[in-house]
Amino acid sequence: MPQVIVLSLILLGSIGLIVGLILFFVSKAFAVETDQRIARIESLLPNANCGGCGLPGCSAYAAKAVEQGSLDGLVCNACTAENRQLIASILGSDAEILDEQVAVLRCNGTCSNRVASQAEYDGTKTCAIANMSGAGQWLCSYGCLGYGDCTNVCSFGAITVDAESGVASVNPDVCTGCGACVKSCPRGLLMLAPKTKPQKRIWVACANRDKGPVARKSCSVACIGCGKCAKDCSFNAITISDNLAWINPKKCFLCGKCVENCPTKAIKLFE
Amino acid sequence: MSRTFAIGGVDIKDYKLSCNKAIETLPSPALAFFPLSQHIGAPAVPVVAVGDSVKVGTLIARGESVMSASIHSSVCGVVKKIDAVQSVNGTNVPAIVIESSGDAEEWESEIDRSADVISECALSAEQIVDRIRNAGIVGLGGACFPTHVKLVPPKDCKIDSLIINGVECEPFLTADHRLMLEHSAEIVVGIEILKKALDVNIAYLGIESNKKDAIVLYDRLFSGRKDIKVVKLKKKYPQGGEKQLIDAVLGRRVPNPPALPANVGVVVENVATVYAVYQAVQKNHPLIDRVVTVSGTDVQNPCNLLVRLGTPVSQLIEKAGGVPQDTAKILHGGPMMGKVIQSTDIAVTKGTGGIVMLTVEQSKRKPEMNCVRCAKCVEACPMGLEPYLLARCAKEQNWDYAAECGIMSCIECGCCQSTCPSMRPLLDWVRYTKSKVGAIIRERNNKK
Repeated sequence: MPQVIVLSLILLGSIGLIVGLILFFVSKAFAVETDQRIARIESLLPNANCGGCGLPGCSAYAAKAVEQGSLDGLVCNACTAENRQLIASILGSDAEILDEQVAVLRCNGTCSNRVASQAEYDGTKTCAIANMSGAGQWLCSYGCLGYGDCTNVCSFGAITVDAESGVASVNPDVCTGCGACVKSCPRGLLMLAPKTKPQKRIWVACANRDKGPVARKSCSVACIGCGKCAKDCSFNAITISDNLAWINPKKCFLCGKCVENCPTKAIKLFE
Repeated sequence: MSRTFAIGGVDIKDYKLSCNKAIETLPSPALAFFPLSQHIGAPAVPVVAVGDSVKVGTLIARGESVMSASIHSSVCGVVKKIDAVQSVNGTNVPAIVIESSGDAEEWESEIDRSADVISECALSAEQIVDRIRNAGIVGLGGACFPTHVKLVPPKDCKIDSLIINGVECEPFLTADHRLMLEHSAEIVVGIEILKKALDVNIAYLGIESNKKDAIVLYDRLFSGRKDIKVVKLKKKYPQGGEKQLIDAVLGRRVPNPPALPANVGVVVENVATVYAVYQAVQKNHPLIDRVVTVSGTDVQNPCNLLVRLGTPVSQLIEKAGGVPQDTAKILHGGPMMGKVIQSTDIAVTKGTGGIVMLTVEQSKRKPEMNCVRCAKCVEACPMGLEPYLLARCAKEQNWDYAAECGIMSCIECGCCQSTCPSMRPLLDWVRYTKSKVGAIIRERNNKK
């Protein structure tokens, strides 16, 4: 009986030893070299896999960053400035320090100040499909449809469609500026605005390109392209094209004069 | 034994309420609107300025590129403005607005306004196509494809037959039916002209079996002739679709896009287009009016109206007895493929075949339920597609697979959605997929 035990111990032990040695040499011979930096960078990324950078996910971002050895062309708005610095130090290059951004909605219309169209939309409740079938529920064919395509793509839960106003609203505290919503909006109403000063930004909350009287007819808070803001601006930060004002964030000093003077209150300042 | 197309299709109630109403002429409007883009292709370029006075039939916007069509004034008056007006889908589009100068209408001198039918045509094929181009004629069945482009097929395609589309498979619409009955002599001449332009020996006129009087009439007119035939078709939607009609009449299948009917040797023209061709070639009469059906189950006086282009839709509705009380949607076109209009201020354009008013009961969507895998949509699809699958591709954003499944051959007829027992909005999703895949394909082609 003890003989059997000894024999099996020797047999199993030697099999284990031989297999172990084979595995050891095989793993040495066929080793796939992975850069440890990839895992380290990945741990510093937000790991929401939002797709805002244009790559399939955060691991793809990390792999690409290591592959090219720099952060050129790789924008992750969701990443904090601190982490970006750390990633750059891992890569051994200076990461470009981007301004932090947040998404803002270029539509100011709510149920109370927009004019409803004569036709009621009762099709599929997604913005993409509603946009294809025409102007939708409201007379303004540029404004927010309010079916929440942006809400669905936001990985951070920063966008909600307010039941009362009927338009999307972005929670700036939660928004990381990843830009996924910008791509999802069929009317291109969401844009990224810089957080120039902490929690402060200014933008034209309208995308209506119709002429003033037409725009006014469909919404009381539309930008009518009157040009008053452009005239008033001390820094030449505002231009008018296609009956719509545009504020250049690089020139704007957030004085707020345009916000006060806008006749339709289409310019918004967030403090 | 009447023929029909082989795959799919649905049998829907036809509601041809106005089929016995003779075409009435609606007086010209006080203010006429001419959107610059009333056709597939590049918008026309205005050739008049604000303040210019125009006569009936004056060219106001020219189609400069090949894929475009000219627009002529349908009223006599002064150009009031060139500005954005509301279009069918609610967006604002550039248009020429002309204010009519009152009752005394002055027409362009070269337009022959007599009622005589001129059957002799001495023009050559090129001259015919030229006249059609100058008259701004587009396919009046609804797609608004410039007719002169169709009449000059690609060089590698040999056209051997002409099919005239007198199917009018959309419920409610009777404009083509009435036109066939009341202007048969002109349509016959129009067919001869098109045959000459295309140099084909045989023409077929496809008519569905619910238009018996038209079949009898044209059978009599064509009796004893070998080069022109009436094809009696079984009533089935969407037989008026170009590809379905070719299949029904000749049994030929048009390959997947970008192939055109010309690739199987066929050109299809609507009867209304044929009438417009007659008017343009024999009478120098540009495309300034068309027959529009105004109908609906609750409409007081469903009618067929000869309307000047640019007339606001509200005038047509007024003529038909106003908007019925229970109306939920007013459609531009028929109930299967028509679009809901946002306002009755929009103008009649070249593509307006009908104005249909639907009640709440007829138009409200019922709540969507789960797919029960009955495959009714697959059975109904006239293009042999799988609508449930294409709709799922949209939800999963799987555009490559959708393209593989043949999304681009979808004709957006709506058979799938109308037949779904679970009220699923299949067409919405399929249309969305098609637009996405189309955009991707265009982008790839641009890169090449």
